[in-house]
Amino acid sequence: MKQPKIIIVGGGLAGLMATIRVAEMGVPVDLFSIVPVKRSHSVCAQGGINAAKNLKGEGDSTWKHFDDTIYGGDFLANQVLVKNMCELAPAIIDLLDRMGVMFNRTPEGLLDFRRFGGTLYNRTAFAGATTGQQLLYALDEQVRFHESLDRVKKFEGWTFLSAVLDDAGVARGICAMNLRTTEIRTFPADAVIFCTGGIGAIFGHSTNSVVCTGSAQSALFQQGACYANGEFIQVHPTAIPGEDKCRLMSESARGEGGRVWVPKNPGDTRRVKDIPENERFYFLEEWYPKYGNLVPRDVATRAIHKVVFEMKMGLPGTPAVYLDVSHIPRDVLDRKLEGILEIYQKFVGTDPHEEPMKVFPAMHYTMGGLWVDNEQQSTNLPGIYAAGECEYQYHGANRLGANSLLSCIYGGMVAGPSAVRYARNLEKGCDSVSSEVFDRERVRQQDITDGLLHQQGTENPITIWRELGEVMTENVTVIRYNANLKRALDRLGELSERYKKINLQDRTQWSNQTLNFARELGNMLVLAQVIALGALERNETRGAHYKPEFPERDDANWLKTTIARYNEGKISLEYQPVDTSLIPLRERKYTAAV
Amino acid sequence: MPDKKVIVRVKRRQRPDEPVRWEEYELRYRPHMNVITCLRDIAERPVTRDGRESSPVSYEANCLEEVCGACAMIINGQPRQACSALVDNLDQPIRIEPLTKFPLVRDLVVDRSKMFEDLKLTKCWIPIDGTYDIGEGPRMSPSTQETGYPLARCITCGNCLEICPKVNEHTQFVGAAIVSQVRLFNMHPTGKLHAAERLDALMGPGGIEDCDNAQNCVKVCPKGIPLTESLASVNGQVIRHALKTWLMGRE
Repeated sequence: MKQPKIIIVGGGLAGLMATIRVAEMGVPVDLFSIVPVKRSHSVCAQGGINAAKNLKGEGDSTWKHFDDTIYGGDFLANQVLVKNMCELAPAIIDLLDRMGVMFNRTPEGLLDFRRFGGTLYNRTAFAGATTGQQLLYALDEQVRFHESLDRVKKFEGWTFLSAVLDDAGVARGICAMNLRTTEIRTFPADAVIFCTGGIGAIFGHSTNSVVCTGSAQSALFQQGACYANGEFIQVHPTAIPGEDKCRLMSESARGEGGRVWVPKNPGDTRRVKDIPENERFYFLEEWYPKYGNLVPRDVATRAIHKVVFEMKMGLPGTPAVYLDVSHIPRDVLDRKLEGILEIYQKFVGTDPHEEPMKVFPAMHYTMGGLWVDNEQQSTNLPGIYAAGECEYQYHGANRLGANSLLSCIYGGMVAGPSAVRYARNLEKGCDSVSSEVFDRERVRQQDITDGLLHQQGTENPITIWRELGEVMTENVTVIRYNANLKRALDRLGELSERYKKINLQDRTQWSNQTLNFARELGNMLVLAQVIALGALERNETRGAHYKPEFPERDDANWLKTTIARYNEGKISLEYQPVDTSLIPLRERKYTAAV
Repeated sequence: MPDKKVIVRVKRRQRPDEPVRWEEYELRYRPHMNVITCLRDIAERPVTRDGRESSPVSYEANCLEEVCGACAMIINGQPRQACSALVDNLDQPIRIEPLTKFPLVRDLVVDRSKMFEDLKLTKCWIPIDGTYDIGEGPRMSPSTQETGYPLARCITCGNCLEICPKVNEHTQFVGAAIVSQVRLFNMHPTGKLHAAERLDALMGPGGIEDCDNAQNCVKVCPKGIPLTESLASVNGQVIRHALKTWLMGRE
């Protein structure tokens, strides 16, 4: 057959890596992104990327990285895949280094590594405290090179609406909307790779960027794609609470020696600096002596919740704890953490070199995502692939810090060639598909848009979104009770009804951001139900999913992957066994060495 | 006590060819508000101060922590990122306008694709043989990294172009951000193997000669990038390169 055509949706780390791999194989790529790809959410990743290069003489190995990841994920991740990822990690770091990433260096000119949560090894390569930005830029530059050779065509400022599926349910392209002109068009492709990132907007205030709505995943889900482990939501322990978003304070602050504490006397009115060492409660160090401040995120988040809400020891006047780096020498901070300390200073106004930062947990990451098969990153819809945060496969019930950049790049590296292989083996390419298949989808999407533009409702999309965020954050994050989850599902049902009556205050057809947001909101409401339902059904505690009514991990009943399906407006759940072929199950506790 | 208010004036145009209109909004003050929260408040209730129904303001924003570069606009006369523009630090009424050196799309949205195109013209990438595993990258001294990393933090926001008197309709000057990227790639151990190509790109119209050293760029860079050092460094490189080409011919 003739040269296949690949579409990639999403231009963050996973999407750009997949793009480079496909372009390298001589196959043309159409790359779709809502924002110019250089502005993708990957820029927000701060602390680093894990790879067991063992350059610190600690006896680290890819197997230990693998073991830490499985154990950190509470044994919910399929193991072979994680092992493959950890084994490739050192080569991925080398590749990024060759691409010019300004990683921090040792005096010998080698890559420097620091410690992150959930491990005892210095395994995290980093570029200051803006590692995600630096990695994204390196891949962006490589894609620009391929673009200059016409191997890649970018469609920036387009948003994905739906997949074009033929009568056999095979993907033949996508339907997308131009955010400037509101034109809706279909684009044929032999295979489509989704790298559409996180879902933070479903929780209102999260550490995610504005574009992380999960809209694309949800649209695919409603077209028949399976969604796995949706209930596993990572709440990052240390963020600055905010009106518009919660700004992350990287785990690397603790990796470089930062300490989390509260005054032993909750009413202490002295200046922070005047509170003597023995009157400070370093609760993570006390409760988890082996890992100290570097316990995994779910553990640290629950500990902070306990201190603030159960023990009533939060900082005066605000639900927060101190994250303190003020004891670390200034030159070390400037070399290794400048990016995040600058964020704190700009947005809060105090200088973390001098004063401890006030932080509180915030929704950060979804471990769950589109279901993909074992080796190919392919979804259950033929011709559709997924990589990066939008799929479920590498982090189990809790992701370790600095593994997300790795899984994005690894997933992209696998998905690109997989999609090309599939496309090359297709008997019938997208060019031989009847135009009726494309027209049908375009008309369906145009009707949805026209409906939104013309309906005269009473509900404001931003108001519904704010309430959605409140329902989800209150009931479906750190601590989960079944009664609350049921109530949350009822509320989501109500919000979905109200959504049908929304009124767009902008009915123009030029750069109408309200229209796009309204479309995304509809998809967010569906995915929110998947998350809440998965959480309600899973009666155990595992990783980030904590139910006080079921406080133990229950391997007999719940060592399984949740699979959500969508059928005529109804969400149903089923379960799949987990691959635990390499590392035997063991109790997960960070109080002592593993 | 009545609620504290925030007064915001927004320069609006629904389409590039439509006349400008200024709209004033009165918003409810909350601690830690920034310009993005103001724009979101307007979107939720787009009614002007004098009670007229309007529409949500179009604007670009993504990361909201000043690392993606999306939300550059002119706030109280200064080009800057809206996310880090805290209401507490701004004089009211807060005046919000789109950047002027880029084609307007709508309201506060402008088209900055020229910057990305210029990164392409100046070949701002490290040429690699392929993504397969061929071992480690080149060694780099910590001091090279410490010089390069700040340059690599450029978020392509365009504020340095906005403030530059030499970026105007009469020149094609690429601006300080792009020149600084050339400096970054030319100092990298692999990147410097191809330095000549990048310098060639900066020798013609729109290149480094267009800079007349106004030094405004460095004052508005949200990332504190030493842009004037980059301009001086690349200017020196271009002069040496031109001289060498003139004396010895092209390699």
